[in-house]
Amino acid sequence: MAEFTAYLIAGIATGAIYALAAIGFTLVWQTSQTINFAQGEFVMLPAVLVLLAVKLFGAPLWLGALIGIFAFILIFGAGFKLVVVDPMIRHGVLPLAIATMALSIIMKEGAKDGFSAEAQNFPSFVPTSTIEVFGAAISLQHLTIIACAFAVIGALQWFVGGTRLGRQMQATAQNPTVARILGIPVERMVLLTFVINAALAVVASVLISPIYLAKFSNGEVIGLFAFIAAIVGGFNQVRGALVGGLVVGVIDSLAAAYISSSYRLAVPLVLLVVIILLKPEGLMGRKEERRV
Amino acid sequence: MKSKLAIAAMLAAGLALPASAQDKIKLVDVIELSGAGATAGTNFKNGADLAVADINAKGGILGKQVEIVHYDSQTNPGNTRAAVQRGIDEGAYAILGPVFSGPIAASMQISQRAETAQIVAGEAAGFTKQGNPYIFRTSLSQAAAMPKIAKYLKDTVKAGSVAVVWVNNDFGKGGRDAILPELEKAGIKVAVDVATEQGQADFAADAIKVKNSNADAVFVYLNEEESARFLRAAKQQGITKPMIGETTLLGAKVLELAGDAANGVRGHVGLSTDAPIPALQEFGKRYREKYGFASDHNGIKGYMAVHMVKWATEKQKKIDRKGLADTLRGATIKASEEPGILMDTVIEQNGDLDRESFLAEVIDGKQVINTTLPRIKP
Repeated sequence: MAEFTAYLIAGIATGAIYALAAIGFTLVWQTSQTINFAQGEFVMLPAVLVLLAVKLFGAPLWLGALIGIFAFILIFGAGFKLVVVDPMIRHGVLPLAIATMALSIIMKEGAKDGFSAEAQNFPSFVPTSTIEVFGAAISLQHLTIIACAFAVIGALQWFVGGTRLGRQMQATAQNPTVARILGIPVERMVLLTFVINAALAVVASVLISPIYLAKFSNGEVIGLFAFIAAIVGGFNQVRGALVGGLVVGVIDSLAAAYISSSYRLAVPLVLLVVIILLKPEGLMGRKEERRV
Repeated sequence: MKSKLAIAAMLAAGLALPASAQDKIKLVDVIELSGAGATAGTNFKNGADLAVADINAKGGILGKQVEIVHYDSQTNPGNTRAAVQRGIDEGAYAILGPVFSGPIAASMQISQRAETAQIVAGEAAGFTKQGNPYIFRTSLSQAAAMPKIAKYLKDTVKAGSVAVVWVNNDFGKGGRDAILPELEKAGIKVAVDVATEQGQADFAADAIKVKNSNADAVFVYLNEEESARFLRAAKQQGITKPMIGETTLLGAKVLELAGDAANGVRGHVGLSTDAPIPALQEFGKRYREKYGFASDHNGIKGYMAVHMVKWATEKQKKIDRKGLADTLRGATIKASEEPGILMDTVIEQNGDLDRESFLAEVIDGKQVINTTLPRIKP
């Protein structure tokens, strides 16, 4: 039982990171009806930018973190919307999706050439010790990831549902035409969504990089699993992305423990196929109908 | 008439280029500068560059300057094959690299067909057993290293059971296949056999599995970055059993990335800049001065690889591609004759090496050599 608890906590911690990235998928989907294939790289890059700021400016870590995070949110939150999404969206969803694939490659190769092809240490703001939970030794880092991710997701849910700005954002996502008639600044709301997506990616990056190490290729696995999580949970629901992330994280951990690490990538993919066959809208998703 | 003169001038200019190129000895280094092997490959490249600079500063090889070109294999067997072929097509005198055993196995037939020596940094036992007379190692093979590890586990660690953690690529599979029979011979039980993936980022589940196996010691056989991640995960899970490994686990990059989690790691080290051999220490000092970080064993291999070419070329007294391989096969290179080889090295007929090696422990983030082990066939 203690062993299972340890696997479960480790899986929930990983799943919380997938959930943060998966929420980004749903936010972009809701506002632009497209898939951001660079979402994994969005999680990889903030840590790299923080270390780059420390290296380039000789800044202390806290200042490097501020510079790196601010630069990321500016470039890949607001900049992503203004430079990639706005010009491409009028040509349809597919060109935009392809543009995000290109962005993914540019971010990855840029991090490799501009920073390093090798993994680098990223400092952890919590000690690497363990505590005893139900007889199992649980890593403080994992508990911190879970606590931070849930706090951020909770805050996002409160913001979206409990504030005027959040409700305006929600209205924009549901029906931009009606929102515009009601006087909601639709463009600003869409921009806010992309900034929130970038901020979520920053949180995921800061939480996971002390464990994964900062490396240009980190986004590959995170992006894939977050994408699966978003589909499993329901692409059009934030809470669906949360559930999907946790399910995929736990299944990944249990697969590595009870099957083999060699097959751990395959198991969530099998889950994806099963969900698509049995419940295509996802575990928590809402059925959408479209006129053609 | 004018046009004929122009053609003649152009031909002369065209011929002049190959002539100047012939004044140089061209080495092509096919190496992992990105992908999972980036750490190992970068070290190897830097070591090779340092060797070329040293040799050229002393007048080159047989009076010719050495030119080295690096092609990034991206740790991909297909890219490695293409890069080796490109090197051969460009007239490489010898191919250096790669480090990872899978890409070596995938590319070595190309250099064999071209009768060109390929001097590699891989440790998997398999590729020197295929009868390829053009493949040469710069490190001990797993077949040579694993008996020393098993003996160490039995006699020094006094382990009755061991958890084996390995990476599922040619390097890791070769290591696992080599250590399991040695453990059996030594009467050591395998408590748990954990396969992991190349490039794997999350080792939490694997560390939990190892912890719950209650093994007396953990044998870790992963690539550099994965080794560091595993050590961190093991620390997170509170694993206190001895972590034992082969050269990679005690490498400079692993120590840098793993931080405190590497303290107490012990094992067998084929090459180290901390070894009690002045030439190795001097190399380590110069490498750090030039590149700003410590060389791991792959940096030393890169340096040695270029000096193997130098030694054999000077030995045969001519620039002969096929002769280079013939001279290296079965050779004994003494550091007194060729200081760039750093330590006495015996090259066997199949390209395997035999030389001294070391037992080491990580103390306060630094590798400390405890014992020097003799050659397998003294």
